Amino acid sequence: MATIKIPPVLRASVGGERELSAAGANVGDVLRDMAASHPATQSQLFSAEGELNRYVNVYLNDEDVRVLDGLDTAVGESDTLVILPAMAGGTGAARR
Amino acid sequence: MSPSGPELLRQIKSQIDEVDPAEVKELLDEGVAIVDVRGSEEFATGHLPGAKSIPRGHLESRIEAAVPDRSAPVILYCASGNRSAYAARTLAEDMGYENVRSMKGGIALWKDRGHEVQIPRALSSEQRDRYSRHLLIPEIGAEGQQKLLDAKVLLLGAGGLGSPTALYLAAAGVGTLGIVDDDDVDLSNLQRQVIHSTERVGTPKVDSAEQSIHALNPDVKVVKYPVRIDASNIMEIIDGYDVIVDGVDNFPTRYLLNDATVRLRIPVVSASILGFDGQLSVFKPYDGPCYRCLFREPPPAELAPSCGANGVLGVLPGTMGLLQATEVVKLILGIGEPAIGRLLLYDALAATLTEVRVHRDPDCPICSRDPDQITDEELGAFPDYEAFCAAAG
Repeated sequence: MATIKIPPVLRASVGGERELSAAGANVGDVLRDMAASHPATQSQLFSAEGELNRYVNVYLNDEDVRVLDGLDTAVGESDTLVILPAMAGGTGAARR
Repeated sequence: MSPSGPELLRQIKSQIDEVDPAEVKELLDEGVAIVDVRGSEEFATGHLPGAKSIPRGHLESRIEAAVPDRSAPVILYCASGNRSAYAARTLAEDMGYENVRSMKGGIALWKDRGHEVQIPRALSSEQRDRYSRHLLIPEIGAEGQQKLLDAKVLLLGAGGLGSPTALYLAAAGVGTLGIVDDDDVDLSNLQRQVIHSTERVGTPKVDSAEQSIHALNPDVKVVKYPVRIDASNIMEIIDGYDVIVDGVDNFPTRYLLNDATVRLRIPVVSASILGFDGQLSVFKPYDGPCYRCLFREPPPAELAPSCGANGVLGVLPGTMGLLQATEVVKLILGIGEPAIGRLLLYDALAATLTEVRVHRDPDCPICSRDPDQITDEELGAFPDYEAFCAAAG
């Protein structure tokens, strides 16, 4: 099982977890396995066509999967996937 | 019997290689390391162009930072060629430098021959005191401190990230700090925005920040912009700054800033924070990726925390803001490895710093093109984000 690091904005969709494990031989399979367990993440990660949304980056260990084989990139048991949506904010809270 | 002083000097000079000022002049343009071993006060009265100052008493401890490669050619000089002869023997005999020469006649003969002497702008005695801990670091020194004093840094926001960044850049002696913020200090800011104070609640943040900066370091010139940055004013505001510190709290401004800074080739040190998590990267146009290479599109509102007020651990903007300040100082001094093409992810709860790589996108709508081709209309071009946020309630 690969480890997936969940960014703050997605944590509400996975019951507040910061890290999950999911099964799969490649990046797409691992993410789909996570989405099967946590359906709210499906539309946040994938477009209707099943592609990774353009505003979400996924890294296999430290490398962007888009410069590897995208969702087809092979994933090993000890690998870590980092999901990274764009984040803005000094502190939005300051804007009352 | 021990040799007399003059005898010892003759012996030393017979053991080292000397070089004539005429040859040194030829070598100046070739980037050969030239080290002035006189005292720092003598250096301040004028030195060879491009020479580094390492007083002889600090030679052994500082030479490696200045000349890490022991096979690289090094030329030492002093006032008349005596102290540099001793220093040359130390580097060759004790430290294994293979190609060290001492300039014959020192800077006195150099001047007699009519060669150029550079006179460094001197720090005042108060400045030497204030910045003494910088002056002691070989990578900074008087020359680096002067770069900091000459630098102009623009802070977008005097909020959570901008507060610690502004304070430490001011303390470091960054000569000009521009601050863009149209807000007033609110009580709810003070959990993290340490440049402000309880008694200044209700006053404009730019004024409050200026007071704290001047109290810390009157050397710093503060330029206040009590406005919200947008497409109509961005080019005018950012032009002329050396580095921009981005702590903006919304996507439209972040994309606008990216596009404008790519066009003007100004590096941006960017950070964002949420809850217990922070991100940081340096976007240096054309040397590395830009923000649009990292995120081609902004997320929809439900994934965009900037649409509303969000919680943040009060110390987190301190951590991330100081990482930003550190990157700014590195960019100004031209030292170290700035976080260009890398995104640092700080998880405060786990106490981990993870790094991922960011690549230039060969199809980037902005930085794959020549800066002159980026039009005004394209700056910050962006789906209708306010509509997104309105939809999110």
